[in-house]
Amino acid sequence: MSDQPINLDAVDRALIKATQSGLPLMPRPFAMIAERIGLNEQAVMDRLERLQVAGAIRRIAAVPNHYALGYRANGMSVWDVEDSAVDRLGRKVGALPFVSHCYRRPRRLPDWPYNLFAMVHGKSRDDVASEVDQIASLLGEAARDHDVLFSTAILKKTGLRLVG
Amino acid sequence: MIDDVDKALIDRLQSGIRISETPFAAIADELGLDETEVIHRLQHLLDGRILSRFGPMYDAVRLGGGLTLAAMCVPEERFDEVVERVNAHVEVAHNYRRDHHLNMWFVLATERPEQIETVLGEIEAETGLAVLDLPKEEEYFLDLRLKA
Repeated sequence: MSDQPINLDAVDRALIKATQSGLPLMPRPFAMIAERIGLNEQAVMDRLERLQVAGAIRRIAAVPNHYALGYRANGMSVWDVEDSAVDRLGRKVGALPFVSHCYRRPRRLPDWPYNLFAMVHGKSRDDVASEVDQIASLLGEAARDHDVLFSTAILKKTGLRLVG
Repeated sequence: MIDDVDKALIDRLQSGIRISETPFAAIADELGLDETEVIHRLQHLLDGRILSRFGPMYDAVRLGGGLTLAAMCVPEERFDEVVERVNAHVEVAHNYRRDHHLNMWFVLATERPEQIETVLGEIEAETGLAVLDLPKEEEYFLDLRLKA
């Protein structure tokens, strides 16, 4: 998917501001949003649809708190994968059910040799370790080195403020 | 505590709703519940912080913002002080301590892409420590659907 920004007008920005912390929980949530920002319900739905088609909204969904669901181990697995293979293999890693995020990022030599990041969640560190083993066998010899960085404390979690 | 109906609801809502006038009624139909129960359970899951939010998941970059992952190697004796300085920047959305010599990892989100460099420069100046800037170059998947 392209990373090109899409054009937003003032109404889109008002709509994003009114929905970025969540939808109202009532039978007609879009009608309530519409009332708050001075639109009608159909216009709110049309604009959200357009933002979703354009990729500005990934989906309208619930975001679980992994800790509350018992996924207490959160490992950022990082891999040094051959440049010629990283896109093909990255898609395979990203499709694994226990991988929540998978990105290619730049190496920063000599401090940081890894170019593929796959976030892995499990109920214990042992679960995460066995998931990391599965990634290792999928990558095979294309991965020269890897590491797993477990989170030990959440220092801040406010979420993104997209529109001030 | 959550029961099997909550679990089914969480699993279903993670993959996203269709936009319609009555989205909760549509979900209720799919799961064999009624609309009021879906709304009440969802409220309860949010109040109990089983879910952290429910709504549109916006993509900061597609909205014209800047986004990066940054890492620092913070000396243990300065850790608390550096956390305070880094977190004081409103652009820092998430910050995690990790067990590695690069022990602080934070996500920076800015209204405009060029502000990333400015904020990282400020953090380096305020802390006297180097910051690794690791923006995503390609995204292979982003879909957290944990089985409830």
